Amino acid sequence: MVKVNVGRKVLSANEAYAQQNSELLAQQGKRCFNMISSPGSGKTTLLVRTIRDVGEAIRIGVIEGDIQTDIDAQRIRATNAPAIQIVTEGACHLSAAQVHQALQQLPLHNLDLVLIENVGNLVCPSAFELGEDGKIVVLSVAEGDDKPAKYPAIFARSKVLLVNKIDLLAAGVQIDFDIERVKADTRRLNKDIEIFSVSAKTGEGMQGWYDWLRRQLPARS
Amino acid sequence: MHETTVAQSLVEAISHEAQKRRARPIRAKVSCGEWSAVNDEVLSFAFEAIARGTSCEGLQLQIEHKPLRAKCRRCARVFDVDLSSATCPSCGAEDFELLPDAPLTLEEIEFEEGTDDGESERRQESAQRQ
Repeated sequence: MVKVNVGRKVLSANEAYAQQNSELLAQQGKRCFNMISSPGSGKTTLLVRTIRDVGEAIRIGVIEGDIQTDIDAQRIRATNAPAIQIVTEGACHLSAAQVHQALQQLPLHNLDLVLIENVGNLVCPSAFELGEDGKIVVLSVAEGDDKPAKYPAIFARSKVLLVNKIDLLAAGVQIDFDIERVKADTRRLNKDIEIFSVSAKTGEGMQGWYDWLRRQLPARS
Repeated sequence: MHETTVAQSLVEAISHEAQKRRARPIRAKVSCGEWSAVNDEVLSFAFEAIARGTSCEGLQLQIEHKPLRAKCRRCARVFDVDLSSATCPSCGAEDFELLPDAPLTLEEIEFEEGTDDGESERRQESAQRQ
């Protein structure tokens, strides 16, 4: 019997692509964030509203990840922003190689920011680096306030938490959702995270998110 | 949930090492962090299926989970953290920074000694042809 120490990262192929993506974006002075949430949290609505509201101040391109269909990319393109759809055909997360291809197809020179909408899933996407500058987790109030406790990895690894659909709380819809519990559980995992409570539908609270995005961009010369 | 991706990468990495050494791999040790989203049974099942017809067929996979670690912001002690009751074991502070989760790593491979008569290579070639 011969034992051989290998010490090799199993996902090194993904990491190599992530590194290439990160270098490509850095060379061109572009920022990139990876948006992760459960299905139905309102990521695409958030993106559409963000693109429309910030207008020319932040030129955004989108990479959409879905198991099936290009419905989301069509919604983004209706705003006139460029969008590349990746159809994963069942895979539960986007890989850095897929994002690498999509980055070649985006008109990066005309953009300030690339937002990646990952496959709707709070678990797997958090384990695959794509070469982004940071992760943004979106949680809608209808999903319940126990999600940071139940899915800690993504809340611990994100730069921003967007608590979406807060219009439902204001409308008095019966939902067991204690936003203070969400904030406390999230901050226990991640002291530095920025938390914005928003409604992509009504626009409430969105300004704080836009200001945060603007602060991430390099100063334009 | 993405165990097949992991299993595929493992089969490729182990087959590569086996080919280099012209030896049959019989056991491999993999380690991963708490948050790798990898389930042992699902990974073993996926590995067995993907390894069929390759030099990894019949290989025994051992999966080790490494605990999540944190660094106390008050006394700088690094400790294994249980998020349901997380306090620093030295000073009792609840103020800590979570350290990056251990990456999925192929730690070691055990090969059968002196039994290889080129069989593993032939198997690999036939697997590639399929």
